[in-house]
Amino acid sequence: MENFTPISALIGGGLIGLASGLYLLLNGRIAGISGILGGLLTPTKGGSAVFERLAFIVGLIVGPFILMNATEIEAQSVVTSSLPVIIIAGLLVGLGTTIGSGCTSGHGICGLSRFSLRSLVATLSFMAAGFVTVLVTRHLMGGM
Amino acid sequence: MRIIVSLICGTIFGFGLYISGMIDPQKVLGFLDIWAIADGGWDPSLAFVMGGALAVAIPIFQFAKNRTEAVCGGEMSLPTNRAITTKLVVGGLLFGTGWGLVGYCPGPALSALAFGHTDTIIFVVAMIAGMGSARAIGLNK
Repeated sequence: MENFTPISALIGGGLIGLASGLYLLLNGRIAGISGILGGLLTPTKGGSAVFERLAFIVGLIVGPFILMNATEIEAQSVVTSSLPVIIIAGLLVGLGTTIGSGCTSGHGICGLSRFSLRSLVATLSFMAAGFVTVLVTRHLMGGM
Repeated sequence: MRIIVSLICGTIFGFGLYISGMIDPQKVLGFLDIWAIADGGWDPSLAFVMGGALAVAIPIFQFAKNRTEAVCGGEMSLPTNRAITTKLVVGGLLFGTGWGLVGYCPGPALSALAFGHTDTIIFVVAMIAGMGSARAIGLNK
């Protein structure tokens, strides 16, 4: 387990939990990233809802940008898949999170934090599919 | 005020994805590869990220969900749908398949735009196209 980083995982996770909790407490909304992004595509709520969604997404990008430029903390984001696989995966993530009403943040963190059985079922579904997909691509097909 | 709160929450969320390493799809795939447990190559970090997130979020959610109004004003917009449907599971399975192919889920994919890699941009465009087409035919209802 040479890649295991328990301390930074716990600290980073704590920050994600804090952001999700504050968003609900202060703004009364669920910090589900697929929902926040998807809601911009078909805006129905009036007022500042669109700008709140945009501000959250800007923050998601600005946060890492600050850390990589202003601190010594290092991270990377490496994609090894081929172009067709990247496109298919992106389409599946967009389609699946829309059909299933949420992703890792909305179901996995916010849903489980309010003890939602529906979100637990969703979380188990996407985790199971993730495990099986990696089994197939890495071990049965020898990497894509 | 609500817009500033959104910006701050998004930024803290982005800090968390960066510090935890979840911004890197290879780190995520290292967790999803539970078949590597046998040869010691498994990376359980993602489970610790979830654990850390839930440890902080659960007390705040349990406190917040009984409120009638958000601190910054407006309603508490909590999901009311409790139905466990085929659609929920099928959506989860499709999402999990895409997640397992590249290692990006929506949050890390957006945060990783900070690196400016072409592959990340292509993934995000495809993801938005998937969301848009699903919404266009009413699959979000």
